[in-house]
Amino acid sequence: MIEIDRLSKTFRSRDGADVVALKNISLAVRDHEFITLVGASGCGKSTLLRLVAGLLPPTAGAISIDGKPVSGPRRDIGMVFQSPTLLPWATILDNVLFPLKLTHQITEGSREKARHLIALAGLSGFEEKYPKELSGGMQQRAAICRALITEPATLLMDEPFGALDALTREEMSLELLRIWNEQPKTILFVTHSITEAVLLADRVVVMSPRPGQIADVIDVPLDRPRNFDQEARSEFQDCTHRIRELIFGNRARRTAAVA
Amino acid sequence: MATAREERQRSLSLRRFVLSSRDVLLPAAVLVLLVVMWEGSVHLFDIKPFILPAPSAIWTATTEIWSTVMGHTMATLNTVLIGFLVSIAVSLPLAVLITSSPYVSTAVYPLLVLTQSIPKVALAPILVIALGANELPRIVVTFLVAFFPLVISMAAGLLSVPSDLIELGRSYRASRFQELYRIRLPYAVPFIFSGLKVAIALAVVGAVVGEFVAADRGLGYLITSSTAFFKTPLAFGAMILLSLMGIVLFQIVVVIERVFFPWSSGQETVVV
Repeated sequence: MIEIDRLSKTFRSRDGADVVALKNISLAVRDHEFITLVGASGCGKSTLLRLVAGLLPPTAGAISIDGKPVSGPRRDIGMVFQSPTLLPWATILDNVLFPLKLTHQITEGSREKARHLIALAGLSGFEEKYPKELSGGMQQRAAICRALITEPATLLMDEPFGALDALTREEMSLELLRIWNEQPKTILFVTHSITEAVLLADRVVVMSPRPGQIADVIDVPLDRPRNFDQEARSEFQDCTHRIRELIFGNRARRTAAVA
Repeated sequence: MATAREERQRSLSLRRFVLSSRDVLLPAAVLVLLVVMWEGSVHLFDIKPFILPAPSAIWTATTEIWSTVMGHTMATLNTVLIGFLVSIAVSLPLAVLITSSPYVSTAVYPLLVLTQSIPKVALAPILVIALGANELPRIVVTFLVAFFPLVISMAAGLLSVPSDLIELGRSYRASRFQELYRIRLPYAVPFIFSGLKVAIALAVVGAVVGEFVAADRGLGYLITSSTAFFKTPLAFGAMILLSLMGIVLFQIVVVIERVFFPWSSGQETVVV
């Protein structure tokens, strides 16, 4: 259970002016819930993830995970970024083991666990390869394994498929759902793709920029397991339509006002 | 089937051999040609050996006192290696310090640039007075010449880590030391090696500068002492040995990188 309570974050820009990145965000995320965050660039989605991760301190408000307030980085969270950020000098296996090495948690079973995750992500046979020998999609799979190795309760994903081509991206979304199904986690997933957001999520959090606020939270009433055939369903269409309206409707209105 | 495939394999490896030997043989042939032309024109135009000695004269002058020449070579090599190692030992902590805080960087960078703007040839005689006529001033000059590009490339390497990766480390509450040891330093390896390659070449220059000013041994000393007596062939020999030393040391650094950090070679960035 992640509770975000009236959270605000203000950055001081170089010229000394205050920039409000997030304003008055409140959100409660249930255990094992898949939440996607969509919104235009600069609406503070990534900042929100970093606040939940404890990498940034909030300006006002509070975040708690399982009742405990977040005051700094905690080890029960896994992070996946837009770029795989694998270590170029380490094999895929060692990359997956990296968080355990950092936290001195390597045990006899660690390698077995890593191999299991690598197999789960469909990378069997690539354990001893180096990152540059893998395609972008495969590198990102390895990055997901790395995030899962510490068995975190929460997974924070910052546009993890943003740098992949469209086909790989669709494939990866389904893969992620499959992995999530086998290893249930609470996932906060930032994306720019509206269809991706709807396909993956239990609830889609739509954010609006300047200052970053939650425009609306949309329930996705689609059955699981999800697949791309559901895109044709009216529930799917309703969700994407509503999200588009929230993101672009505002913008259209604003443009009209300026004109 | 099998024979056809073998045939193809053989022609492929032959092709590869021809291609690789072309890369070696062609420049070697050009070099030999130049030496022959050099030798020929010295005899043809009757050029005095103290102005431009023929390659054969250089060979004779150098090999007839080979053991003495080798002694001088070893002395220079000694200075080069010690100076080089000292500059590594100083550069690494310095680069870590510079990159650890913007304050340190602001405080130290101008001083580094200052040490570089001092002409080492001018500094060498002063160092001899201060440190005495021994090995020490030569090592100090070598170090001063070699360490700057090393610090700059190491610092650039330590700062080249993607910020996401640093965040990843922080999210697992990695200590500053772990961040340095597990993430920043390995990331800096390609940069460090491009710095090392520049530094080893400069270390040879530094050692010779030191020997020019005050030495009773070394190839730099051999050049000054032999030119003083118009023994130009021997000076040429010492010069050729110096460049050979530079090439060999450079290649040793290249080989060390390839063997111990195979993922590093090929993605280096030239910083200096």
